[in-house]
Amino acid sequence: MSAVKMKINGKAVSGEVESRTLLVEFIREHQGLTGTHVGCDTSQCGACVVHVNGKAIKSCTTLAVACEGADVTTIEGLAKGTDLHAMQAAFKEHHGLQCGFCTPGMIMSAIDIVKRNGKNVSEDVIRRELSGNICRCTGYHNIVKAVQAGAQNM
Amino acid sequence: MENFNYHRPATTAAAVAMLKKAKDGKYMAGGHTLLPTMKQGLAAPTDIVDLTAIKDFSGIKVSKTAVSIKAGTTHMEVATSKDIKKVIPALWEMAGKIGGVHVRNKGTIGGSIANADPAADYPSACLGLGATIETNKRKIEADKFFTGMFETALKDGEIITAVHFPIPKKSAHQKFPNPASRYALTGVFMSQDAKGKVRVGVTGAAASAFRATDLEAALSKDFSAKAIAGVKIKPNGLLTDMHATAAYRAHLISVLAGRAVAAAK
Repeated sequence: MSAVKMKINGKAVSGEVESRTLLVEFIREHQGLTGTHVGCDTSQCGACVVHVNGKAIKSCTTLAVACEGADVTTIEGLAKGTDLHAMQAAFKEHHGLQCGFCTPGMIMSAIDIVKRNGKNVSEDVIRRELSGNICRCTGYHNIVKAVQAGAQNM
Repeated sequence: MENFNYHRPATTAAAVAMLKKAKDGKYMAGGHTLLPTMKQGLAAPTDIVDLTAIKDFSGIKVSKTAVSIKAGTTHMEVATSKDIKKVIPALWEMAGKIGGVHVRNKGTIGGSIANADPAADYPSACLGLGATIETNKRKIEADKFFTGMFETALKDGEIITAVHFPIPKKSAHQKFPNPASRYALTGVFMSQDAKGKVRVGVTGAAASAFRATDLEAALSKDFSAKAIAGVKIKPNGLLTDMHATAAYRAHLISVLAGRAVAAAK
């Protein structure tokens, strides 16, 4: 076991982990932040996307020990109290979800897409850059609409 | 996933020493092949030596004649490098098509080449540009580097430190992604140097990336789609699996090479 310290959603946290403990396990099981989801065990679905030091990554394919000193943002870190983040509000407004399981990862990826491509990011870029996030309900149309709308309000 | 001892050295020399001490150790960079493989129970190393904290392990340098990319440089860093886009646009474009955003944020050029997945993109770029792969011990020509399925010329404990790509006159990358995994069902990386000599690296079609020498010969004489229209790629030795037959892959090589000639810049 080794000690690991990091910042999650602005709060300093620490814990004892095994080398094999994945970041998503640390987030969900050690910290009780269950908004980040695990939808597969093959690194494909993107439900586990969080931001580590400003980059969108799959927390199911990252070791917790390797995140020593990192600054992590999860879906729980977006809203300010009851005020949803612009991207969360856009997903709600445009019905960018059905069962909602993939939504935390979708929203974390969407915010990253807008940060890198600007508020007028094209539909084509959104679709291409969401390729690492899989949704089995919506057919993606409303997700793309939500990302475009959320981008305008970010 | 089985547990393991985790090491995070600050120098290449320390990494080599840690791996040597391990019973069955593995180097790890972005971890986007190794960790999924371990999660599936297909690998269970006793030790992981994480290379990402090594000083000066990533970075891009462009000179008049070559693009040098340090081993720990991520696909995202290559795909967003304006310097690379200017001199080898096909390499820039190819890096932006590897996996998805999250994979590109973690996956590295050194890891991709060391792993030598038969469907990885970088091996075709190394062969198609005539790259030199630098390790902590020596320099290896790309032509001698990829030796089989997940097999390379690397010796036990050897670490890739950088990859050097000569700047060609023109280059192009074309891939037919597997519709599900987005890995290259077949991919072609082509370049033409100042003397008109053409190299064609192919990935996804065989156990290991290789050069399509018949296409190279025809295109070195006449760099046009017409020049290769009559060159038939033999399916012998190409892969047949649930995704495509060897004959289909052979056909894809021809089609993609034709598109690459048209797109080369």
